[in-house]
Amino acid sequence: MKTLNFRLILFIFALIFGVVFSIPSLTQSQSGKKITLGLDLQGGLHMLLGIKTDVAIESRIKSMAASIKYLFDDEDIIFDNLRIEDGKRITFELLDSDDVPKAKALLKKELEGIKIEQNGLKFTVEMTPQEVARTKKNAISQAVDTIRTRLDAFGLAEPTVAKQGEDKILVEVPGIKTQEDEQRIRELIARAAHLQLMAVDEDRNSRVETMSPQEARSYGDVILEDVNHPRKYLLHGIQILDGSMLTDAKVGFDQNNQPVINFTLNGQGAKIFGDFTGKNVGKRMAVVLDNKVYSAPVINERIGGGRVQISGNFKLDEAHDLAIALRSGALLAPVYVMEKRSVGPSLGADNIKASLMALILGFVLVVIFMVLYYGMAGLIADIALVGNLFLILAIMSLFGATLTLPGMAGIVLTVGMAVDANVIINERIRELLHEGKSVAKAIEEGYDKAFTAILDANVTTLIAAVVLWAYGTGPLKGFALTMGIGILASMLTAIVGTHGIYQWLLPKIDRKRLGFWFGIKTEGKK
Amino acid sequence: MEIFKYDKPIPFMRYAKRFGLLSIVLVLLSLGLIFTKGFNYGLDFAGGTLVQVHYDKKAPIDEIRKAIAKDKNYENASVTYFGNDNEIIIRTKNSSKSLGKDMGDTIRELIKDTGNFEIRRVDMVGAKVGSELREKGIMSLVLAILGILIYVSFRFEWRFAVASVLALVHDVTIAMGAVVLFGIEVNLDTLAALLTILGYSLNDTIIVFDRIREGIQISKKSDLAEIIDESVTQTLSRTTLTSLTTFFVVLTLFVFGGEIIRGFSFTLLVGVVVGTYSSIFVASPILMWLGFSVKEYRLKQAEKLKREKEKEKMRAQYESGTL
Repeated sequence: MKTLNFRLILFIFALIFGVVFSIPSLTQSQSGKKITLGLDLQGGLHMLLGIKTDVAIESRIKSMAASIKYLFDDEDIIFDNLRIEDGKRITFELLDSDDVPKAKALLKKELEGIKIEQNGLKFTVEMTPQEVARTKKNAISQAVDTIRTRLDAFGLAEPTVAKQGEDKILVEVPGIKTQEDEQRIRELIARAAHLQLMAVDEDRNSRVETMSPQEARSYGDVILEDVNHPRKYLLHGIQILDGSMLTDAKVGFDQNNQPVINFTLNGQGAKIFGDFTGKNVGKRMAVVLDNKVYSAPVINERIGGGRVQISGNFKLDEAHDLAIALRSGALLAPVYVMEKRSVGPSLGADNIKASLMALILGFVLVVIFMVLYYGMAGLIADIALVGNLFLILAIMSLFGATLTLPGMAGIVLTVGMAVDANVIINERIRELLHEGKSVAKAIEEGYDKAFTAILDANVTTLIAAVVLWAYGTGPLKGFALTMGIGILASMLTAIVGTHGIYQWLLPKIDRKRLGFWFGIKTEGKK
Repeated sequence: MEIFKYDKPIPFMRYAKRFGLLSIVLVLLSLGLIFTKGFNYGLDFAGGTLVQVHYDKKAPIDEIRKAIAKDKNYENASVTYFGNDNEIIIRTKNSSKSLGKDMGDTIRELIKDTGNFEIRRVDMVGAKVGSELREKGIMSLVLAILGILIYVSFRFEWRFAVASVLALVHDVTIAMGAVVLFGIEVNLDTLAALLTILGYSLNDTIIVFDRIREGIQISKKSDLAEIIDESVTQTLSRTTLTSLTTFFVVLTLFVFGGEIIRGFSFTLLVGVVVGTYSSIFVASPILMWLGFSVKEYRLKQAEKLKREKEKEKMRAQYESGTL
């Protein structure tokens, strides 16, 4: 027997590489790089979210208006008619023309990215176009971060949250057990968690039940509903402060042992809160979350330290999720579903079973067929096929690639296509043997002649795979990936590997036993 | 074992016109189906919602229909068995943008009295995403064909490229026709199947063309039809065997791969059959009809060879001159 040749050595190395690196995936061990199962195989939630960035602009304007009110009050600048128009402009009037330079300087110093227009004592404040664009961009990246923080806090295994394209967010959450859990997660993601502390308009609140929203707007007020009771409140449209000044939120219990949420304000927030409560003793202050009033207690005294409580007949789960949402910060802009796919764990398991079944059966059929038809040559091709499967798994493991259901189909298909190279080679060798060539010559020439055909065929399939990978989404990418890797790996196993085996076995191949070696009966023409 | 043993070439090209006619008829029929009946676009491309529900016994389909009809959103919903009697699929063209309570949650509440069930899948695709996916899908088919055309013209003569791409279009059209005929839902995976057919069928065609190219260079004959007959006969065993192995695995995928990838495996099944047929009976005759001339090709090759030899000679002279 000839000593090892370089092709065989290369194949053996590839085989060892394939086996070693596919072990972590096959045994699902804790350590080592391994293939992740796609959501269609392990179950989970896949969502493509759109985002309403206009709302982020609006809420930015609202908090600007609140800042203006606070700044002017703080500096004793007297003003009137502070309003928000169309959700994008702030207007107000100064009463004393001596305040104009001071007010302008203050606005410029404290608020970024604004454009101030002045008409006598009337002022209009708007965001610059650059600031609008920046705010929108910011809203998207903030949403990505916020959703990620919330999912992490919820304690889920490896969720994916990523920006996709210009204005979409991809969310993938594996391992959700029931549809109820899934709904809870979706609600957590969607929760705006926009917390506002607002003053009740005590002068007009008695008429709130019959007041129209238009009338309320004419006073610069808004009407909001109570979360638990059929009751309405008339609140000053400009908030006292919002959730952006919150540092912590925790679930606690009140004297009736009902779950409540305690939150703490940062230094600036605590100061604003303290000042406001100090000036408004005897009046009511509403705790508003996502445009619903949770409570509206009467202020008994100045409250320092910046600790506030939200109570609202919460269930414990609900309070827990809400605290997560508050801690992670508000979503500056609401998100909505553009695409959603969720697969229950039992369906995922069924999918694995079905595709494994198809893979094993297809594989066994091909392996048996090759041996029956080609004898030893078929067996050699089968060895290459096994090597190919291991290589696919190993390469996917190393890249931490995701195996999806279409990806499994891609592997099954590769099994059919990878032996194609060996069919082409074996047919060529048979032809040459029929022509009466020696075994050594038939093998060398067979590989030589078959190579261009196999190369061209594989490159074209690869073109289709690459296009599919570039344009496909989600699971389809998985199909293109396994098919592409399979084709490349087959070049190594089916062409180089089998060639090496033949070269190694050559001295043993007897021209009189071609039936055993190549499955043909021929003595050659000669 | 050896099934294909031919001493003489099979005169395929003698029947080229008949097969050509058959192909034209099949393509026209497929086009007719595509344009009259049209594709049954599934969720991915049309948008909508799909809910798959698994019952622990036979699903009470009439009760389910009644239960969901109460909600206006599901008035036009279709409820069908899926794979087996325990499993149903509810489909509607509507979709909801709300994250909090989606269509799956509503369905769960609507059918809560119909028995013990588990909601196993909720897919929802908004209209905007659907049309985006459709655009991308068509784009990917076109790009793949273009890429293949460029590669084949680079490796072969242009007529080979045109013939192989025409054969491809033939295969994909007939596969699409079959998809329409059997009312298979067209989803992303159907698209993947079509792209695979592209790659696969081309695979077949290229093996044959590679042989024809070789035949032109070494055969004593100079009639293209004869060379084609020779080459197709020589590769017939390979074409059939590979098609068989691929057919086996696709068939196992079709039978055992589960209901979800049935559209995918069905399209592939058709594609494998049509692709094999076209590489034998369609691609090569097109080469003939495009006016490929063996003599011209040989002349060109000979000239190319001559030029290269001259270049070498000159270089040798130049090098020896400078030395």
